[in-house]
Amino acid sequence: MLNLTPFHPRTAPLVRAQTWRRWAGHQVASAYDPHPDREYAAIRAAVALIDISPLHKYHIHGPDAVRLLDRMVTRDVTRCAIGQVLYTPWCDAAGKIIDDGTVARLDTDSFRLTSAEPTLRWLAMNAVGLDVTVEDVSRPIAALALQGPLARAVLAAASPGDWTALRYFRLLHTRVGDIPVTVSRTGYTGDLGYEIWVDAARAVPLWDALMAAGAPYGITPCGIWALDLARIEAGLIMLDVDYYSAHRAPIAAQMSSPFELGLGWAVSDAKGPFNGRQALRVERRRGPEWDFVGLRVQWESLEALYAEHELPPQLPIIPWRGSVPVYRDGHQVGYATSGGWSPLLKQYLALAHLRAPHGRPGMPVRFEVTVEHVRRQADAVVHPLPFFDPERKRA
Amino acid sequence: MTVAFDAIVIGGGPNGLVAAAALGRAGVRVALVERASQLGGQARVEAFAPGFSAPGDDGDSGWVPPTVVRGLGLGGLARHDPDPCVTVPIASGAWLTLWADPTRTAAAIARHAPADAARWPEFVRRVHRLAGFLARLYQGPPPDVDATGPGELGRLLRLGVALRRLGRDDMVALLRTLPMSVRELVEDAFEYEPLRAAVAAGGVRDLRQGPRSGGTGFVLLHYLVGAPAGAVRGRGRWRAGPDAFVAAVAAEAARRGVTIRSAVAARRILVRDDAVVGVMLADGTELAAPRVVSCVDPAHTLLDLLDPVWLDPEVLHAVRQIKFRGCTATVRYGMQRLPDAGADAEMLRGVVSCTPTLDGLERAADAAKYGAVAERPHVEITVPTLTWPALAPDGQHVAIARAQYAPYTLREGAWDHARREALGDAVTAVVDEALPGFSSRVVHREVLTPRDLADRYGLTEGARSHGELTLDQILFMRPISGWAHHALPVRGLYLGGAGAHPGPGIPGGAGWLAARRLLRDRRAGRYTLTTERS
Repeated sequence: MLNLTPFHPRTAPLVRAQTWRRWAGHQVASAYDPHPDREYAAIRAAVALIDISPLHKYHIHGPDAVRLLDRMVTRDVTRCAIGQVLYTPWCDAAGKIIDDGTVARLDTDSFRLTSAEPTLRWLAMNAVGLDVTVEDVSRPIAALALQGPLARAVLAAASPGDWTALRYFRLLHTRVGDIPVTVSRTGYTGDLGYEIWVDAARAVPLWDALMAAGAPYGITPCGIWALDLARIEAGLIMLDVDYYSAHRAPIAAQMSSPFELGLGWAVSDAKGPFNGRQALRVERRRGPEWDFVGLRVQWESLEALYAEHELPPQLPIIPWRGSVPVYRDGHQVGYATSGGWSPLLKQYLALAHLRAPHGRPGMPVRFEVTVEHVRRQADAVVHPLPFFDPERKRA
Repeated sequence: MTVAFDAIVIGGGPNGLVAAAALGRAGVRVALVERASQLGGQARVEAFAPGFSAPGDDGDSGWVPPTVVRGLGLGGLARHDPDPCVTVPIASGAWLTLWADPTRTAAAIARHAPADAARWPEFVRRVHRLAGFLARLYQGPPPDVDATGPGELGRLLRLGVALRRLGRDDMVALLRTLPMSVRELVEDAFEYEPLRAAVAAGGVRDLRQGPRSGGTGFVLLHYLVGAPAGAVRGRGRWRAGPDAFVAAVAAEAARRGVTIRSAVAARRILVRDDAVVGVMLADGTELAAPRVVSCVDPAHTLLDLLDPVWLDPEVLHAVRQIKFRGCTATVRYGMQRLPDAGADAEMLRGVVSCTPTLDGLERAADAAKYGAVAERPHVEITVPTLTWPALAPDGQHVAIARAQYAPYTLREGAWDHARREALGDAVTAVVDEALPGFSSRVVHREVLTPRDLADRYGLTEGARSHGELTLDQILFMRPISGWAHHALPVRGLYLGGAGAHPGPGIPGGAGWLAARRLLRDRRAGRYTLTTERS
């Protein structure tokens, strides 16, 4: 039996088609409607409310909290200001990614780490010899993502204040009504948005308050399908989809370094010792073997393949996850790991791993599509990530 | 203040001194740091009562590998061979003594078990042949199971050839004995219980397990490496004094220009950019050096002296899993007179092992499993003043009891004065049974629990072994798998103590190999620090 999130009493009645899925041992909605169109539209055109409670969350506090996180993740935690949030991967000694998540500095010696996989053991192993306490707060803390161009207006309605002052990747502690919350300007959509962290016992009232405040703005509960499409547009990676944890992958070839996932910017060159530093230094010098890039599948090419069968192009309206070969000059040069049709950009997008020289922007490649049970290749072009990066995200 | 050296050795025990002397001979500018005011580590001689002194352990010389003797020119150090080796009480006032001469021993056994007597000479020869194979393994780095290079594969091949050369029977015996329990080993060979117990006790030295545990066969062989042919216990004693080896190596180190800083502990191994840059001492002095050989135990080295952020968490985890589990207490007695052994007084020149049954050994170990001290500990007693009269006032004696099992961590309560003295009383009672009237001649007593050993010698969990000698912690798994070749995961840091291959009871064995590794890296230009931009 899967766990239910603290918002389940509110979300369950809305999942009309019983399109549930599993996320970190929890039962969450793939979509509330049978189809994610309306929910996706809310993310990009209005405001969406997403239950992200299944995220693993850890409260890390004590005199060596900074040292623990700094030795573990690739970004420089010593330079993380109070109230700042860092997105960061973390690696093993070989510089291969174990997981990625956010580090939020709640106070001088107090942080919250989010992760896709359970991380308590790894934190404990990293904390040897350090004066720090690590608590798993995954269950006691519930979280909602409020994402979309009208997110700020909804937040202002629910919790009056100057929300323009809360900058991108910062957080503050406030209240929604009488409910104490932490609001971080973060998200997984690449849009203007916030994540709201609350005591699980107050989860349902928070949901109600946000839904009420958001009603005039068209607030829409949104499931994972729509979120997945948004994160593809935003070029954000997903564990077990776009990469495998170095702790889980059975062979080295399945592991990825930050450089191979386009996260070189998140590897500090100047900070003190951290897991994987030596290997990553070498890789930075040498350059990664793989590039993580966007692909735009060319419409005309796709249309022609389907036209042979007198069909219109079949488009992945619900984003897919898997492995699709990518070719250049008749040789496979990589593989795409997620993709979908972007209603906003009117393009078939995919995220792909391409061998280093083939990942340059503008590079023409061939993308495998199965048309009427036959494997064909459509034209595609390498596109730098993200595909979609609105100014309002940071403004 | 910063003083610069080429290398710093932490720990002035036998291994540290050998490492320092070996490096000094190679022209390396070495500083050696020892936290006690006196060099020698567990081999140093200290007064424990007015007029009475004792070596830190039982005075056994251990086995100094010939490579070390040759390498440091220590050929002049003379040793008394152990004879007799070990004695067990078989009834009040009666004992079974095993001598260095197998014929004499066989005669002693024959009075109780003629069949065993007949088997004795061959048993002794066989265990010595098997120990001889270990001796070979112990004079080089541990065989590398992941070897791919031609040099390492060649070494493995030569070891394989040596193993084959043992002959089929001995090869099978070796492979069978290493993982075997010493109880099965002696039950296989002998019927007479006191004989079995006398031999088996050598297989549980400084272990938390009893003789029924797997791997105790290996421990028996380990401590027989370097023992004179025919001996089943003990490697002998240095003629010139319990600390003769330490003194000779210290003198050699001094001749080679090694700077010795005693009475100051190392507090921190300093690291910059994943490479060692020096050592900070407890008094705040910083000694700069691009290489450090730590001869303290691996947990103290990697978890206390080093900032953990320099180590891969997987390595930290493995280091934390090293079993130390100190279980041996030492009781030192100042004796007015020699214990009374009647006509068998000569037996006091060897080890008197006070447990004449295998079950007695096993029961002594049982309590330790549950964090309690054995009600009737297994005690082995030696009288070092028979070799070195100067340890006691004229005509008086020192007796040293090694007592197992007294765990470092007690399930209930903690080591305190009352528990320490209660242990001392229990040990004395056991010795009294073996040597009637023993306690009436005692004028001083000092009890060192594993907790005391930890404090006095800086041993993690009071383990004299620097890491229990279990099968998962030897050879290429000592101190941890993947880091057994004396270099540690921080550039320029080496482990040269008994926590590294070849382990305890082999003075200078690990220190020598660590120094050799350091010199090889140095020649190869590996791990050389580039000058920092100023």
